[in-house]
Amino acid sequence: MTYLPICTLDDIPALGARRFKRDDGKVIAIFRNAEDKVFALQDKCPHKGGPLSQGIVFGESVACPLHNWCISLNDGCAALPDVGVVEKFSVRVNEGRVELDPWSGELAPMACAAE
Amino acid sequence: ADDGTRESYDRLLLATGSNPFILPLPGKDLKGVLSYRDIVDTESMIAASTEYKDAVVIGGGLLGLEAANGLKLRGMNVTVVHVMPWLMERQLDRTAAGMLQKTLEAKGLKFRLEAHTEALMGDTDDGKGGRVKALKLKTGEEIPAQLVVMAVGIRPNTALAESAGLHCNKGLVVNDTMQTYDPRIYAVGECVSHRGIAYGLVAPLFEQAKVCANHLAQFGIGRYTGSLTSTKLKVTGVDLFSAGNFTGGDGSEDIVLADPGAGVYKRLVIKGDKLIGAVMYGDTIDGTWFFKLLRDGTNISAMRDRLMFGESNLGDTGHQGQNKAALMQDSAEVCGCNGVCKGVIVKAIKDKGLFTLDDVRKHTKASSSCGSCTGLVEQILMFTAGGDYSEAPKKKSMCGCTDRTHQEVRDAIGAQHLLSIPSVYRFMEWRTPNGCASCRPAINFYLLSTWPKEAIDDPQSRYINERSHANIQKDGTYSVIPRMWGGGTNSAELRRIADVVDKYKIPSVKVTGGQRLDLLGIKKEDLPAVWKDLDMPSGHAYAKALRTVKTCVGSEWCRFGTQDSTRMGQELERALWRMQAPHKVKLAVSGCPRNCAESGIKDVGVIGVDSGWEIYVAGNGGIKTEVAQFFCKVKTHAEVLEYSGAFLQLYREEGWYLERTVHYVNRVGLDYCKQKVVEDTANRKALSERLQFALDGEPDPWHEPEKARVDLKQFIPIAVAV
Repeated sequence: MTYLPICTLDDIPALGARRFKRDDGKVIAIFRNAEDKVFALQDKCPHKGGPLSQGIVFGESVACPLHNWCISLNDGCAALPDVGVVEKFSVRVNEGRVELDPWSGELAPMACAAE
Repeated sequence: ADDGTRESYDRLLLATGSNPFILPLPGKDLKGVLSYRDIVDTESMIAASTEYKDAVVIGGGLLGLEAANGLKLRGMNVTVVHVMPWLMERQLDRTAAGMLQKTLEAKGLKFRLEAHTEALMGDTDDGKGGRVKALKLKTGEEIPAQLVVMAVGIRPNTALAESAGLHCNKGLVVNDTMQTYDPRIYAVGECVSHRGIAYGLVAPLFEQAKVCANHLAQFGIGRYTGSLTSTKLKVTGVDLFSAGNFTGGDGSEDIVLADPGAGVYKRLVIKGDKLIGAVMYGDTIDGTWFFKLLRDGTNISAMRDRLMFGESNLGDTGHQGQNKAALMQDSAEVCGCNGVCKGVIVKAIKDKGLFTLDDVRKHTKASSSCGSCTGLVEQILMFTAGGDYSEAPKKKSMCGCTDRTHQEVRDAIGAQHLLSIPSVYRFMEWRTPNGCASCRPAINFYLLSTWPKEAIDDPQSRYINERSHANIQKDGTYSVIPRMWGGGTNSAELRRIADVVDKYKIPSVKVTGGQRLDLLGIKKEDLPAVWKDLDMPSGHAYAKALRTVKTCVGSEWCRFGTQDSTRMGQELERALWRMQAPHKVKLAVSGCPRNCAESGIKDVGVIGVDSGWEIYVAGNGGIKTEVAQFFCKVKTHAEVLEYSGAFLQLYREEGWYLERTVHYVNRVGLDYCKQKVVEDTANRKALSERLQFALDGEPDPWHEPEKARVDLKQFIPIAVAV
């Protein structure tokens, strides 16, 4: 695990997100919820590729701005009955600084796909 | 319990259901005498139909007729014995019942009406044992039958409750929170009598269970106030529908359409300005719509003359002009946005046991985008789910986070002087900590429109377009539309636009329907610089706000023009721009009745005539083309500004979020709007002043981002900090 300090917590609005561009071009969305927990997902909705960083954050979910799919910030899985998953990254807050491991992306098992 | 178990309880729920009623007739215990209730009864009936010839069904209600039809289809001679003067008297009036009887007789069923059964006779020597062989009426007539089905209703199973001393009256009596006379004991289902009614359909029981569960969990909201049920008969070739109070009575009026030749009969019962009941036979396409009017208590005075001819409410587009779901092929596309065919919807309803429009939307996506096919989907749901179909509840909650309605939230924000989203959530006991993507933007708007200059905008509760002040496109880039007052521009603006297009390599430029230019495919990072270089006001094409005021060239150039529509339009646009609203707002001004600016399909459409200006409101050119309705006629520019502004302020103060003016006006009535704006001068002035107060000093987010609380950091992606 190589955590990279990327910004301060205050740089991300509560119930908002910021975009982090990896040097290979992949964009990672860093979310902050109302309890100051941070989450990181690839900035690409599993449905039609919408930028999740631009969605409305609520609870521990984000609503994609394109077609309103609700994606869980915890595991990147779409809320049923929609089915899909997006890469999730390790991110943490350390003394007010947000630290991301930009190469930690993994897809959660699609447990949510089973109805 | 049976096995001797004893359990104590704090609170107890009784759900003992009901039993089929068996008439206390001599011979009721003979073989071949059945009720029609469960799968065993059905199997016995099927078995009997292969072995015997004659059947009698006692009871000409919904269930009895379905049983009779089933037995007839299996080749039996079937006679229906009914004590009342006509069939399905609880659902149909005499005329409709007569037509139903004729249809069923044509299928070969026989009927004995106002017929009382005296006894059932057996096939042993004394006529009293063995299998039933005939049914004897009080008139002495004997009808041969080796199968007798009793379908004479259900009786709530209240034995346990009665033995415990709970008050029962044709069911275990409960209040609106499903409590019996002993408040620690609850009851739901077919065993209860609520406000004097015992329900036998599944949808009301679901509603009861929901209220009961809330109350048991000491979550004190939700009352069960009774269900309106509608009826459809599941017999092929019989098309009937009934709902509400169709017998009429004091102070009610009937509208009747009868075409016996075509086998069509419709009767609507109206009391005051509301529909209270409907019976339809032969053509029930509009059943869903009438049921909705009934359930919502919609004021129908404005459409009374057209009411009988049904819903013209379906969207015009996206489903091949179809408006009758029953006539559509399974392969026909219902939802043109998501490509969902009728067959897919029917299959989902059947396979997944869906009851509500919301379920169908979630599972099939049909009607979940533009909503133009909602009426069709509701029809399909009703046809497929039949009696199990549950209409969306009368009181539609804002979203899954609450049971409160838009109106209740608006009212509370006003009455309690609530100024922030968290205070609304606290006061209205939201179930989620910070709402969801559908309630937060609505509440943000309600706060700002109710308490302008006091409530503070929350950008994180706005949809991305309103947060980044541009329209997000499918590839994540944005489009920018600068404001061109009344569609007018000049060479300097056009040069700047051309330069911006070159400088930021903007791939696409398009003239919009609102007479301005759309620059498409702009990277988010470039937005602030694009706005600055354009040096034109925001067009708010991304917002639930005033969009455009479309104009024709008017009397300045046009040889037919009677009024200077371009100048009028520009004055309107300058007066109203930056005005947020429940949904987008589009205006138009035409200089003569030829109406080249298409004022007839705008939220506010103004048409110049020689003697002044006509104002039309609540038009819409979208999913369902809605022609704007005449509002008033005025003489001067100042009056056009005042009346238009006052109408829009009324909409801003009372409209529900995402409700266009046409839907708002349909909900509250055009007469109401006229009364508030046209007739009541003092109120019109007050509305105008409140609008002015709200708009005064509102910043242009493109050029005063700080004042407009635009989060500028959003435009710059985080750089790799290595």
